[in-house]
Amino acid sequence: MEQIPVLQLRGITKCFGEVLANDQVDFDLYPGEIHVLLGENGAGKSTLMNVIYGLSTPDAGTIFFEGSSVQIDRPRTAIDHGINMVHQHFMLIPVFTVAENIMLGDEVTRGWSLDRKRAYQEIQQLSEDYGLQLDMEARIENLSVGLQQRVEIMKALYRKTRVLILDEPTAVLTPQEVDDLFEVMHQLIRKGISIILITHKLREVMHIASRITVMRRGRVIGTTSPAKSNEGELAAMMVGRQVTLQFEKTPLQTQEVVLDVQELTVSDEQDREVVHRVSFQVRAGEILGIAGVQGNGQSEMALALSGLRPFKRGRLCLSGKEMTSLNPRALMNHGLAHIPEDRQKHGLVLPYSVADNQILNTYHHFPFSSFLQRHQQAVLTNSNQLIDQYDIRASGPGSPVSTLSGGNQQKVIISRELNRDICCLLANQPTRGLDVGSIEYIHQQILKLRDQGVAVLLISSELDEIMSLADTIAVMYCGKIVMNTPADQLTKEQLGAIMAGS
Amino acid sequence: MLNKKKNKLLHFWRTVDVPVVAVLFSAVIGAVLLRISGADPLDAYRALFQGSLGNISAFGRTLQKATPLIFSGLAVAFAFKAGLFNIGTQGQLLFGALAAAMVGFTVQGVPAWLHIPLALLIGALAGGLYGMIQGALKAYTGAHEVITGIMLNYVAINLTDYLTNGPLKDTTPGNIIARTPLILETSQLPSIGAFPLGFGLALLVALVVWWLLQQTTIGFEICTVGNNPHAASYAGMNVNYTLVGTMLFSGMLAGLGGAVETLGVVHRYQPGFNVGLGFEGITIALLGKTHPVGVILASILVGAMKAGASQMQFSAGVDKAIIDVILALILFFVAADVLIRKILRYRDTKGEDVILSTGWGK
Repeated sequence: MEQIPVLQLRGITKCFGEVLANDQVDFDLYPGEIHVLLGENGAGKSTLMNVIYGLSTPDAGTIFFEGSSVQIDRPRTAIDHGINMVHQHFMLIPVFTVAENIMLGDEVTRGWSLDRKRAYQEIQQLSEDYGLQLDMEARIENLSVGLQQRVEIMKALYRKTRVLILDEPTAVLTPQEVDDLFEVMHQLIRKGISIILITHKLREVMHIASRITVMRRGRVIGTTSPAKSNEGELAAMMVGRQVTLQFEKTPLQTQEVVLDVQELTVSDEQDREVVHRVSFQVRAGEILGIAGVQGNGQSEMALALSGLRPFKRGRLCLSGKEMTSLNPRALMNHGLAHIPEDRQKHGLVLPYSVADNQILNTYHHFPFSSFLQRHQQAVLTNSNQLIDQYDIRASGPGSPVSTLSGGNQQKVIISRELNRDICCLLANQPTRGLDVGSIEYIHQQILKLRDQGVAVLLISSELDEIMSLADTIAVMYCGKIVMNTPADQLTKEQLGAIMAGS
Repeated sequence: MLNKKKNKLLHFWRTVDVPVVAVLFSAVIGAVLLRISGADPLDAYRALFQGSLGNISAFGRTLQKATPLIFSGLAVAFAFKAGLFNIGTQGQLLFGALAAAMVGFTVQGVPAWLHIPLALLIGALAGGLYGMIQGALKAYTGAHEVITGIMLNYVAINLTDYLTNGPLKDTTPGNIIARTPLILETSQLPSIGAFPLGFGLALLVALVVWWLLQQTTIGFEICTVGNNPHAASYAGMNVNYTLVGTMLFSGMLAGLGGAVETLGVVHRYQPGFNVGLGFEGITIALLGKTHPVGVILASILVGAMKAGASQMQFSAGVDKAIIDVILALILFFVAADVLIRKILRYRDTKGEDVILSTGWGK
């Protein structure tokens, strides 16, 4: 390649205490390419991007922008060079309009006042140039997540971006929105903009990347392209060993019904009925996968089934016992385990230690306490054992769970929930946001439970996850179960079409 | 080995750094203010020390001043653990003080060993029930406890004023002051030498609070609700009960503070005598980093400043209002701990943490 890289990193090194987050990292970005940065959580991707974006200064190494060495000490410098970043969490002001958000920080003024008219014209022009449809007058809070992301990208374009960094942009999107985003990205590179895409979804990588750089433990493992590689190889590069993406399952043995849900209706916070008369059964040793695009009532249904949201109508039986509208503790005592959708909101107390999180719902039982007195020693012993058994990477039972990576945080929840005598597991998006290594591990655990005769209700918007784990697949659409069939009678394409509502 | 020791020391310093530096800064600024007002700062501070810790009776006075502060500090600190800012301590303390006084002058013919505990208990209950109103409003209607606390403080101040000027007014001939009658001798909380018994009680209560928070399942529930109420309900805890219960206990601590003040110091309820004791609990709780031991130390410090203030005014010739200014400065620095960390040149650990990639957020 004779082109000059628009961005060149040489020997970037960054330490946090004793942790080497980036170790002699070299990275090239050419004009008009989508360069995927792939790696597990904690591999150093975010640190590297923070260096490029001026959020942290490297301990060693040089950044070249269009061939000349530059110092990027704060985001403003990066933006002035035409480097922009779209964060995972959008930096938008909900009550402002699209146009206002785009011009924010770079306002067109006339004297002391805003020149809205000119700004709007400029933005409108941009949106036509790049084929990004947006209603300039709409308020951010009324837009879908996908459109909000589009506003973030427009913000970058408005600042005449040359290099666009997208940090896990698809984590929050529906499959349709992902397709739209990829279309937008193709538009951008056609106009000569370079994109750095951070992700750990292998399928997307194969689909969209021009080139792929894999990082592991702060180092660049290698750079390749979709044509020269495959998903298995990339996964192995990320994790450092062979990863199983497909499992052999033992055939399903028909057994007694454990979880029986009849005519369940649930409302959301605004009192809209988002789950309508849903009925299904899960048998011992069966995994029922509930597929569906996020926001079709799955979250509310899972909360209701775990006792965190009242039933409006309907019944719930667990192992033949009527358990309708009971509280989480009663359900737990009857053998329900729950891996919640939002692990940091429901599943963990972030400032608490690993040990305390592992007894979060059993703290009132012996041996962790008797009468009122807690027994710290028993809590620690329990934790040490679980850390071993579930291979949780933490500096010890006493370290705050907030310092753990996402995958290890999820393992803390799993170690807590599976380490009891359970008959039913409710797993809602159990692998969302996790890296391949952790996903593999969690899938193994779920299958192990199934083989032990636990009834598993798996809610996921990841088609692959549902396809590879579930014995029976149901699809949720607009609050209803629209299909419920054995998994082997379905192809991925059929499933995708039903999820989209056709 | 040595390294471990050093680490421990460093950890300890990191725990107490902000309060210690806040006190030092305030003392320095206080010295400047003393200078400006024409006094010799060293003289003034020496007098302050003499008047608070210089001899046994001065020390006794310090402990006596510290006693109600420990109670209200514990009340605020305890509520903090559940994520509640109990700004209503003042009102709870007033009701506790008044209720204890009522038991003190109405219940007759019982021995002291029964009379004192009874008065303390009723005082604590009065404060607790009053605090519970805030908790219940928070839990079941979502009303913010700071707003309701401020309102209820006004209710408490005016209601106690009315009662002591009306139905409960001291009817001793010649009395024109709005206050209750003196409590009976059997209900007075004595001192052992210079050592006020109330202070001992405060230490005991601090121990109970520590045990409750650190060692019991109840404490675990309270801290869980304070840190993450969603996770608490996921774990099967009853968040509403916990909020109401926490406010009940917090109010009881404040009420007990008022009761001890009535039984041990004032010996009747008189409006104006308990002013600020509840509010100062906020300063104490922050200065003590919401830890029972910290609360005790902070209370003794502030108690000493109050106890020595008169001596300072007398020998250095400065108004003792300067003590209030220094207290306010301490609160300012503790509340603005970021400022102190900047001055101490700590690296901002929030920006650059060892969490290298957070996956996705909250």
